[in-house]
Amino acid sequence: MNAVFETQAPISNETSSSADSARPVYLKVDGIVKQYGDFTALKAVSLEVYRSEFICFLGPSGCGKTTLLRAIAGLDIQTTGRIFQDGVDISALPPSERDFGIVFQSYALFPNLTVRRNVAFGLENRKLPRAEINRRVAELLETVGLSDHGNKYPSQISGGQQQRVALARALATSPGLLLLDEPLSALDAKVRLRLRHEIKELQRRLGVTTILVTHDQEEALAMADRVVVMNQGGIAQVGTPQQIYSAPTSAFVADFIGSMNFMEGTRLDRQRVQLGALELSCDNDGLTADGPVTVAIRPEDVMVQGAESGGVNTFQAEIRDLEFLGSFFHAKLSEPSLGRNVLRANFSANLVRRMNLQKGQRLTVALPQEHLRVYARQV
Amino acid sequence: MVAVNPIRNAVLATPVIKPKLGRDDWIMRLFMAVIGLYLLISLALPLYAVLSKSFTVFQFSFGDISVQLQRDGHWQDAGTLEEWVGRLSQPVNNDLAPTSLTRLPILQTLTRRELQGVSQVRLRDTSETGGRLLYDAEFSKPGEIFTLEPRELRKLFVRPVATTGLNNYLVYFQTPALRQSIGNSLYIAVITTLITVALAFAYAYAITRSCMPFSGAFRTIAMVPILVPSLLPAISLVYLFGNQGLLKGLLLGEPIYGPLGIVIASVFFCFPHAMLIILVALSAADARLYEAAEVLRTPKSRVFWTVTVPGASYGVISAAFVVFSLTITDFGVPKVIGGQFNVLALDIYKQVVGQQNFEMGAVVSVILLLPAILAFAVDRFMQRRQVALLSARAVPLIPKPNRALDRALLIYCSVVALFILGLLAMSQLASLIQFWPYDLSFSLRHYDFGRMDGGGWDSYFNSIRLGLYTAVIGTLIVFLGAYMVEKCKGFSHGRAGFQFLAMMPMAIPGMVLGLAYVFFFNSPHNPLNFLYGTMAILVICTITHLYTVSHLTSLTALKQLDPEFEAVGASLKQPFYRTLSRVTTPICLPAIFDIFIYLFVNAMTTVSAVVFLYSPDTTLASVAMLNMDDAGDIAPAAAMGMMIFYTNVSARLAYLGISQLLFRSTQAWRKR
Repeated sequence: MNAVFETQAPISNETSSSADSARPVYLKVDGIVKQYGDFTALKAVSLEVYRSEFICFLGPSGCGKTTLLRAIAGLDIQTTGRIFQDGVDISALPPSERDFGIVFQSYALFPNLTVRRNVAFGLENRKLPRAEINRRVAELLETVGLSDHGNKYPSQISGGQQQRVALARALATSPGLLLLDEPLSALDAKVRLRLRHEIKELQRRLGVTTILVTHDQEEALAMADRVVVMNQGGIAQVGTPQQIYSAPTSAFVADFIGSMNFMEGTRLDRQRVQLGALELSCDNDGLTADGPVTVAIRPEDVMVQGAESGGVNTFQAEIRDLEFLGSFFHAKLSEPSLGRNVLRANFSANLVRRMNLQKGQRLTVALPQEHLRVYARQV
Repeated sequence: MVAVNPIRNAVLATPVIKPKLGRDDWIMRLFMAVIGLYLLISLALPLYAVLSKSFTVFQFSFGDISVQLQRDGHWQDAGTLEEWVGRLSQPVNNDLAPTSLTRLPILQTLTRRELQGVSQVRLRDTSETGGRLLYDAEFSKPGEIFTLEPRELRKLFVRPVATTGLNNYLVYFQTPALRQSIGNSLYIAVITTLITVALAFAYAYAITRSCMPFSGAFRTIAMVPILVPSLLPAISLVYLFGNQGLLKGLLLGEPIYGPLGIVIASVFFCFPHAMLIILVALSAADARLYEAAEVLRTPKSRVFWTVTVPGASYGVISAAFVVFSLTITDFGVPKVIGGQFNVLALDIYKQVVGQQNFEMGAVVSVILLLPAILAFAVDRFMQRRQVALLSARAVPLIPKPNRALDRALLIYCSVVALFILGLLAMSQLASLIQFWPYDLSFSLRHYDFGRMDGGGWDSYFNSIRLGLYTAVIGTLIVFLGAYMVEKCKGFSHGRAGFQFLAMMPMAIPGMVLGLAYVFFFNSPHNPLNFLYGTMAILVICTITHLYTVSHLTSLTALKQLDPEFEAVGASLKQPFYRTLSRVTTPICLPAIFDIFIYLFVNAMTTVSAVVFLYSPDTTLASVAMLNMDDAGDIAPAAAMGMMIFYTNVSARLAYLGISQLLFRSTQAWRKR
């Protein structure tokens, strides 16, 4: 796997408001390496986070995303490399001298303190008048919709409510940076969906720069302004959710985000690849040399055409298997000219009904040139 | 693999980030250093003193003393004392090895026959350090000359000097009476271990795995021996089976004084320790295994040997080593009921208190350390394995009724409970009887401790003071120490060293620790010498003696907390002590209470650790028991034992009451 370690400048062809390179950098991570004995958990990671941006660290377990978060928080300080927050070098500072709020996967709510006192914990001991603290706590509880639960203990409220208490507690001191370490993974699916929305809403309203660590790609795509895909201690790709999904720069990212057909082929020139007996047109500017490649396309991008054939990248294929999955069908297509490759495609229920598709049927499919991605393949 | 790691090289090229230590880190390290220093002074250095003492050999250094004689007004050289000794027909000092206290009259070396016609004798200490001679109770200075008339020579003694060597150990192994104790101790410890573990296993099995009624009561009764000093069962046995014993006939002429009595009394006081460990091991059963066995139609007996026993095996082995170590290091029981049967722990006492032979006491201590350390190491290893046995997915086992088995176990547990309560009741009875066995009327005169040796009621109140000081100060030190070790970031060498020091006391027999304190704190060169003979040294010794169990209890409680509490506290800019006082301590309060009561109860009952350290002002109840028993006042000794028992019971009840009240307000969050 050729992971790309360098940070990629945000590509601004899809003009989403967050990916504006003119925005001020709030957090700068510069060449962070973290070693545990002989094991290197982070391999020279560099990254820039803009003010008020919502960033997700996404990757499989063990990819180093939590290690990176803990380095930013100062909980496990990196071996080498520097971190700047709001222009200040915070590389060696202990957590108590940094400016962040954090929500852990376990929430780490203080079980012996009421919801109100949990939220007030960071406000006390700062020479604030009591009334001011009470006002701020009430405001925060209002914000997270827990005004009625202030006097309950954490064990007396639901998981989703606990999560919101943790969020309110982390936001109480108005930190410049909010760190969320898999905050939703302990919740059940429905609550998770609702909270995902709420957190995003809250973040937008408060404008606090936020980093969320998750292994759930759906969560990352739904919440983040930009996603940092991590793999084996390095950054594989940085980009908006749309960029990450539609233009993955490596086979790893393509595989990790969504589902993807990978087919073995050979690069012929800048415009063409050979796939079995087929010759496909595609844009493979990223590669420099001819040779073995992996050709990738998302199942939902496989098009079905009518009986007519002869367009670009069209060929006949047989439906080997058709699986009903509710709103769509999952098909496995094969064709001798594709060689050993099997093509997986998602067809909408509507399409299947309209064309009366059935197992064993032959049909013409097209692999649209703009959706084909080509990656170098080691033999 | 010789691959060049590019990341490694990159690391070397760029500066390594040295985390800046915040105020919290400094305070925590300081705390840890202070408590570590405490352990170093109260444990490591005294133990070193024992070790070095055991290698200290006292020898006469006759060559350092020169002799001149005056005959007819003329002085003439008469060589060194060594030449004189060489000419003697008899071995000097009756061929006994000298100790630090040995004083050899000079007239044993300068015989009267050779001094005939001598008007004056001049003896010179030619050593560089001096102290080779003793005149009029004063040590000679280097080069000091004593010019004496022959009749004045009886005031002059030769003093042995300390050197380093293995001689003490040689003497030890060459003296059958001493050497025998090793075998005796091992014999007693092994037999006691076998009996105790077998009894405790069946008892714990009955409580955890059967539907026997009153299991809660049996559990409580099994804990009774913890509340009394180990002397008490021995005293009860004397009343039951001694020369004028109630049930003497049952022994068919076999004397209770000796191995028999030691083993029975040891089983009594070791029983709760073994029972608790095995109880925990048996409670950690996975019902799924039993269901699987049942589905496979495995016979009940086979299930017992293939599921139950292996599941508890670590617990059983751990219990065995704990009992072994308790028995081999206990000295109260053999002191009271051992008769002529010598064991190691008693030898230390006899050598030090009886013969003032501190070096030999140190040798026996070092020998006693070996099995204790071994038992400790095995126990730690087993405990570690036990933890990994039960997965989070295990289903707790709920026993099913089995009339025959339940009834058999009920009878068995009743017998054991009767044994425990019977021994206790015997002491209670004996302490209330006017004059056993001649006047069986009731009387409280044995509780009038003022009339006996041992310090009277003062010693009882001293014990309570010791218990309270130990509990308050000890809980504070131990809990804070455990907190620092658990929560301090980085500083891994310091933490490992601290952890080692904290685990060590469990391996150190109380007698050895007490003796170590004598060597360390009583040394005139020690600036802490002023502690010697005070209540403070008793408190320090007891806290250190009981450190490990309390430390482990604290660690267990702290490890159950979310590890991110401190991170959250820090992110909210709160100092660590605020998180500690507002969150960690309140949550750990039940464990802190447990430690408090553990320290109090054990400080009340401990004998071995303090027996060398008390002074006339700080006599203790448990030591008073020992001394009263020694003086033949057995009934008052039993009475004092019962006072300790009732005090501990009251403390436990008070603890229950207070914790109920307190937890209602501070632990409300535990309720859902």
